[in-house]
Amino acid sequence: MAVKTIKVENLARVEGEGALTVTIRDGKVRSAELRIFEPPRFFEAFLRGRAFSEAPDVTARICGICPVAYQMSSVHAMENALGVTLTDPIRQLRRLLYCGEWIESHGLHIYLLHAPDFLGYEGAIDMARDHPDLVQRGLTMKKAGNEIMTVLGGREIHPINVRVGGFYKAPRKADMRALIDQLQKARDVALETVRWTAGFDFPDVARDYELVSLRHPSDYPLSEGRIVSNRGLDIDASGYDAEFEEIHVAHSTALQSRKRVGGGTYMVGPLARYSLNFDRLSPLARDAARAAGLGPVCTNPYKSIIVRAVEVVYACDEALRIIEAYEEPDRSFVPVTPRAGVGYAATEAPRGLLYHRYRLADDGTILDAQIVPPTSQNQPTIEEDLTTFINDWLDLPDDQLRHRCEQTVRNYDPCISCATHFLDLRLDRG
Amino acid sequence: MKTVVIGIGHPDRGDDAVGRIVAARLRGRVPDSVSVVEADGEATALMDRFNGASNAILVDASLSGVPAGTVQRFDVTRQTLPPGRLGMSTHGFGLAEAIELARCLGRLPDSCIVYAVEAGSFEPGEPLSPEVAAAADDVVERVLTETGRSG
Repeated sequence: MAVKTIKVENLARVEGEGALTVTIRDGKVRSAELRIFEPPRFFEAFLRGRAFSEAPDVTARICGICPVAYQMSSVHAMENALGVTLTDPIRQLRRLLYCGEWIESHGLHIYLLHAPDFLGYEGAIDMARDHPDLVQRGLTMKKAGNEIMTVLGGREIHPINVRVGGFYKAPRKADMRALIDQLQKARDVALETVRWTAGFDFPDVARDYELVSLRHPSDYPLSEGRIVSNRGLDIDASGYDAEFEEIHVAHSTALQSRKRVGGGTYMVGPLARYSLNFDRLSPLARDAARAAGLGPVCTNPYKSIIVRAVEVVYACDEALRIIEAYEEPDRSFVPVTPRAGVGYAATEAPRGLLYHRYRLADDGTILDAQIVPPTSQNQPTIEEDLTTFINDWLDLPDDQLRHRCEQTVRNYDPCISCATHFLDLRLDRG
Repeated sequence: MKTVVIGIGHPDRGDDAVGRIVAARLRGRVPDSVSVVEADGEATALMDRFNGASNAILVDASLSGVPAGTVQRFDVTRQTLPPGRLGMSTHGFGLAEAIELARCLGRLPDSCIVYAVEAGSFEPGEPLSPEVAAAADDVVERVLTETGRSG
């Protein structure tokens, strides 16, 4: 039989650049290989020799969608290396900034990248032609996140107000209060979004994933907590490298992460966070999840769109709680003194766990840096999802099958853009 | 008649930075009624930049198969961008989507022009390649002419 190749020209609603080849033989998926053209380790090399204080601004440039995540992991790792203990007001402001990014990033993914899959559209533009109101709703939700970033981060994208030890400048109380109205509206939109997405038609699938996320004694995890899993893992960020390893695979220039013992794959991101921290959600977010038919654990990756909406409800709720309790602090940062050492941190980027490690010289110069983004951790899991789920759909015509493959990748909102560009998809039916 | 010039790209990805470099060179040389901004290319953020502008001029790197440094000008006020790889910068959901989404939502400026500069290299950390650097000078002059130079 002639080899049949389907190539998807450019941008497939995945942030960044990548290619996917699905090989089908004897009526079964033999392999699915996701290739990510990451500028290999460019930023890790770029950080070497720079001052510890530059890390938040340099790493924020890795990604236009989740700069806060990179900033948060980098400053927490530096604070870990330098023995800095944050004050509670600074902790709260960091959480607020992270809420802004979650609202923005999830809003974009739910409405403009993922929903078209469920509603039978090629993309957001086709959807906007029929349902401009829906797209507008997504933009309204996203805008509330932008506003938080502007007030707290100094500007909408690539916030410049974050420093090791806290913030350069604490926001004014009046500016914070001015966010309330918009956030309340965004929370209503998020609740509506949970109901809306719950009505989509989902493939009835699930897998026995090892779910990995942060867990905090009292809060739904954003920038602090231990790394836990549903299989008994419970470690500090400093134990990350002993537990997980990044390996080179022949088909991708990006590294892929696996468990060091046994080489197993694992999942990070909204499903893992939700399933390991359901009891840490706000009552409103929990109720919304229950009403949407979600149990306290969700392992159907296609339902990640509902979980993202639940997380937006939580992020709006949490942002409002922080803003309503806000008093301008006396100091916006804790003083920091450079010293030699190694610092570790993991925080919850919208797409999942983001790990940073830095080794510093005694004057605070970065000697080496390690950055493990959520997408490299999820990449082997995405490939396994494809080889598992796609088997049931092999009878579909190529264009529909291709679409299912893309949807399966998009369940993870993979931020390949830490690299960039396009997803080429090839179906090889042999 | 407010005009916005938007330079799009990733500052650390070789020729992808050309839009931003053009924007930086235009600052202070355009009339007061023209605002010059830089963007990483994410569609909804670009759409926000359109707000309140009656004219928009966008500058981005492209990968369409023509020689590196080729400058193409597209009037997208009434037509979509021709197929090709624009919005190379940071995200798959980029410039072409911003334009079409804005059109669907009635938010496209009355006049919208795209300058696409064909890129040669997207090597991380590299400066503009010589062909693209020369093209950047050309685009700066053309945008100054379009916006009416302030002298």
